[in-house]
Amino acid sequence: MESAAVPRPPVKRHHGIVRVAHWLNAIVLLGMIASGLQIYGAFSHFGIRGGTFPLPNPLDGKPIPQWGRLGGWLAGGLNWHFALAWPFVITGLVYLLFLGLTGEWRALLFRPRDLGPAVRMQLYYLKLRKEHPPQGKHNALQKGAYTFIVLLGALSALTGFAIYKPVQLSWLASLFGGYELARYWHFVTVWIFVGFTLLHVALVFLVDPASLRAMITGWYRGRFPSHE
Amino acid sequence: MSEPVHRLTRRDLFRLGLAAGPAALVAACGWDGGPVLEPRLRAFSRINDWIGERVLLSPRRLAREYPVEARTPPFDFPSYSITYNRTGGFPAPDRPEKWALEVGGLVRQPLRLTLEMLQAMPRVTYTVKHHCVEGWTAIGSWTGVPVSTVADLAQPKAEAAFLRFDSFDSDYYNGWDLTSAMHAQTILAYAYNDQPLSAMKGAPLRLYSPIKLGYKMTKYLTAMTFTRTRPGGYWEDQGYPWFGGV
Repeated sequence: MESAAVPRPPVKRHHGIVRVAHWLNAIVLLGMIASGLQIYGAFSHFGIRGGTFPLPNPLDGKPIPQWGRLGGWLAGGLNWHFALAWPFVITGLVYLLFLGLTGEWRALLFRPRDLGPAVRMQLYYLKLRKEHPPQGKHNALQKGAYTFIVLLGALSALTGFAIYKPVQLSWLASLFGGYELARYWHFVTVWIFVGFTLLHVALVFLVDPASLRAMITGWYRGRFPSHE
Repeated sequence: MSEPVHRLTRRDLFRLGLAAGPAALVAACGWDGGPVLEPRLRAFSRINDWIGERVLLSPRRLAREYPVEARTPPFDFPSYSITYNRTGGFPAPDRPEKWALEVGGLVRQPLRLTLEMLQAMPRVTYTVKHHCVEGWTAIGSWTGVPVSTVADLAQPKAEAAFLRFDSFDSDYYNGWDLTSAMHAQTILAYAYNDQPLSAMKGAPLRLYSPIKLGYKMTKYLTAMTFTRTRPGGYWEDQGYPWFGGV
C-alpha cells in the first residue's frame, strides 16, 4: 500500500492501562524467564528419575549461560521467580479485565471468522496479493498473534502453578499429564515466548516502527490506516 | 563545506533508552538481587509461605499413592547430606545403641523414644512421589509412625505453634508448620522400600512427607521440639522458601 502523501492526523491507539501492562509485562517476563532458567539449571532433565521421558529436549543436560540466569543460585532463582509471578499474573488479569470491561477484546480476539482475512493478509505479506486487505484496529494476523500470546501467558501461569503445588493442585498437574509433563510444558512456553518476542520486535521495526511510539505515548502516527 | 552538527534529538534519547534498558538487564543477570533486593525477596517469600500454608494447603488432601512396581530404582534416587558433602562419609549417631528421639518443648509429656518403641507403634506404609526443590522426582516406599501419633502422646500445649526437627547431620534442622506436620502422611520413617533405613537415607529415623519438598524432611533425627516461635532451617536460613510445601 502507498505511503500517505498528506500527513495523517495522529490517532489514540493504546490506553494507558494497556501501555503500562505491556512494558511491565516485558520486564517481568524477562525476569521470569531468567530466574526460571536458573531453576532449570538445578536439574536440567525431564522425566522421573530412573525413568524415560517421551518428549525431546535439545537442552538436556546443557548448562545455562550466566547471562541467561537470574538469582545467583537455586534459592535466589526461586525467590525471584515466585516474587515476579505476582506482577506477571496480576498484570495479565488487569489487562484481560480492561479488555473485557471496555469491549476492546473485540479488536483483539481471533475468531473463526478471522480465518479468511488472515489468509488474505498472509498472501499480502507474501506479495501474492497487491491490495492491503481492509481491517479494523488490527489485522487478522495480528489478532491471531495477540490472542495466541494471551493463551500462552495463561498456559505458562497454569503449568507454573501445577509444578509449584503438584500435590495440592494435583487436578491441575494431571490436566497437563502430571508433574513431569507440566514441568516440560512450562519449559516449552519459555521458548515460544522467546520466539514470539523476537518476531514481534522484528516486525515492529521492519513493518511499522510507528507502532513502537504508539505503545509508549499511546498515539499512532504511522502509515497504516488501521482505524475505522 | 561545513561539518554536520550533531545534536541530541528526542529521537536519539529515545533510542538510547531502548538500548540502555536491555543492556542494564543483561548486566543484572546471574544476580541474586544484591544486599538491598535479596533480603526483600526473602521477605516477599514469606507471603508465598502464607499462601502455601493458609490458602493452598488442605489438611486432609492425601498425596497420591503408587503401586510398589512404580518405585524408582534406589540407585537412581539420590539423598543429600551436609556431613557427606563435607567429609565424604554419611553421618552416624555418636553411640548408636544409645540413640533415641527426644520429643519436647511446649508439651505436657516430654518423651524419649527408642527405635524399638517407635516400631511398636501403629505404622503407616505408603509408596509416594518425592519432589526435590531442584525439579526432579522419584517414587519410593516409606514406613513409619505418623508425627501426629507421637504428638498425641506428648500432648503439645495450646501455645505450641511450630515444630522443630533436629538431626546429627552437622547443623541440619528444619522448622515446620503444625498443619503440615500433623498431616496423616507426615511420618517419622524408619524403613525405605521395606528395608531399615540405610545411612544414606537417614538412619535410624527421618522425617518423611509427600506434601513437602525433600529439603524439609529432616534425616538422622535426634529431636522433635514444639515451639512458640517459628524455627528456621538449614537451607531456609540461607534463602530457600521456608514453607516448602508441594
